[in-house]
Amino acid sequence: MSIGILALQGAFIEHVMRLRELGVEAFEIRQLRDIEDGMDGLILPGGESTVISKLLRDLQLFDPLRESIENGLPVFGTCAGLLLLAKNVVNDGAPGFAVMDITAKRNAYGRQLGSFLAKESFAGVPNVPMTFIRAPFIESVGAGVEILAQTGGHIVAARQDNVLVTAFHPELGDDVTVHRYFLDNVVDS
Amino acid sequence: MTGRMNERFELNKNLAQMLKGGVIMDVTGPEQAKIAEAAGACAVMALERIPADIRAAGGVSRMSDPKMIKGIQQAVTIPVMAKCRIGHFTEAQILEAIEIDYIDESEVLSPADDRYHIDKAQFAVPFVCGAKDLGEALRRINEGAAMIRTKGEPGTGDIIQAVRHMRMMQSEIRRFKSMSIDELYDAAKVLQVPYELALYVHEKGKLPVVNFAAGGVATPADAALMMQLGAEGVFVGSGIFKSGNPERRAAAIVKAVTNFNDPKVLAELSEDLGEAMVGINEAEITLLMAERGK
Repeated sequence: MSIGILALQGAFIEHVMRLRELGVEAFEIRQLRDIEDGMDGLILPGGESTVISKLLRDLQLFDPLRESIENGLPVFGTCAGLLLLAKNVVNDGAPGFAVMDITAKRNAYGRQLGSFLAKESFAGVPNVPMTFIRAPFIESVGAGVEILAQTGGHIVAARQDNVLVTAFHPELGDDVTVHRYFLDNVVDS
Repeated sequence: MTGRMNERFELNKNLAQMLKGGVIMDVTGPEQAKIAEAAGACAVMALERIPADIRAAGGVSRMSDPKMIKGIQQAVTIPVMAKCRIGHFTEAQILEAIEIDYIDESEVLSPADDRYHIDKAQFAVPFVCGAKDLGEALRRINEGAAMIRTKGEPGTGDIIQAVRHMRMMQSEIRRFKSMSIDELYDAAKVLQVPYELALYVHEKGKLPVVNFAAGGVATPADAALMMQLGAEGVFVGSGIFKSGNPERRAAAIVKAVTNFNDPKVLAELSEDLGEAMVGINEAEITLLMAERGK
């Protein structure tokens, strides 16, 4: 199994390290030739969604990756990655892949002083540590979307078919619950 | 540190992790901030005058007008940073009060205290600090800095100091990594840093926080050079808005940081950028900002 990590900007090394801890091969995607050999799954990391969205287009990665996701490539987006996958984003001018039937709110908790830690259940697993950094949350979901985690009354993790998103950063810290879920339930399904 | 402050420090280090692989650009107003955001900046540094102009103007240089910073906060959705003087904790309190995302306790401004840096652990908002070597970096982290950058020599467009500082840090990190524990006790003493931080560097082979390059970056090649030397991202100050075509140069530097290891891409990015900032050679300047705050 080989998972591609979009490595244009942001916390991509952390995803590579979590996957390697789980014994999974991970490679970085920085330009078109990096995706020539295909992949079994794709991770869109945290970072600045405006930057990643712009670089996806400038480096001609946007169309091939969107096509792959629309054709069922398993994809996992964290924070900025969530915004790139959401069909609707409140207060964001950076259009993403727009493949998941959710409405997300960018910088929903305000500036850095609003960043926080939480422990909530994720897909039935209790006490999963969750780090929110200038995070978005999901305001509403469509009919085909499964809600996987909530905190403070807001949806912070969800799945629709081949698409998994979290508003928090499971790649920070050493808990691998969410990465394992992605590998076992989304990539291997 | 109390549990709550520890948690805050973790979150603040985490924000720096999200900025990695990105370019933080100096801007002097909402218009420049929008240009920077559109060009792919992962954050902007709000200041009234860019370092090259501070250098040219001389005199005491201070924290920017909060109104000007707020204007920039309203103009963009990416994180906004601002500078306070070294040791000027009241300027830092003011920046925290307007909910800045990151404070740069910066040698670019005139130092307010020639002995004490700000006790940054007292703040909820994160700090980035400049460093020329591992000792300075670990001392700043011990005071609560959640992100480090090289000092370089701001406002010159000359990369030599940033290279010197990054090479010095990386070489000291490699030296720490290979030490025995008894040697490490002594090295911590010599650098005047806590043993726990020295031990972290020894075990992990890196700083405990994210480390960016800053000071003198003027071209995509400069940015890629710093990334290849081990920087995790780049600050660009005067290099963008002192050049002939800021939009184009800014976008090229952003792409150079992403593909810093691919000379073919870098060659394409370096074409047709227009005039680079003229710059000043290291030997031609009288004021060495990097010597402020040790």
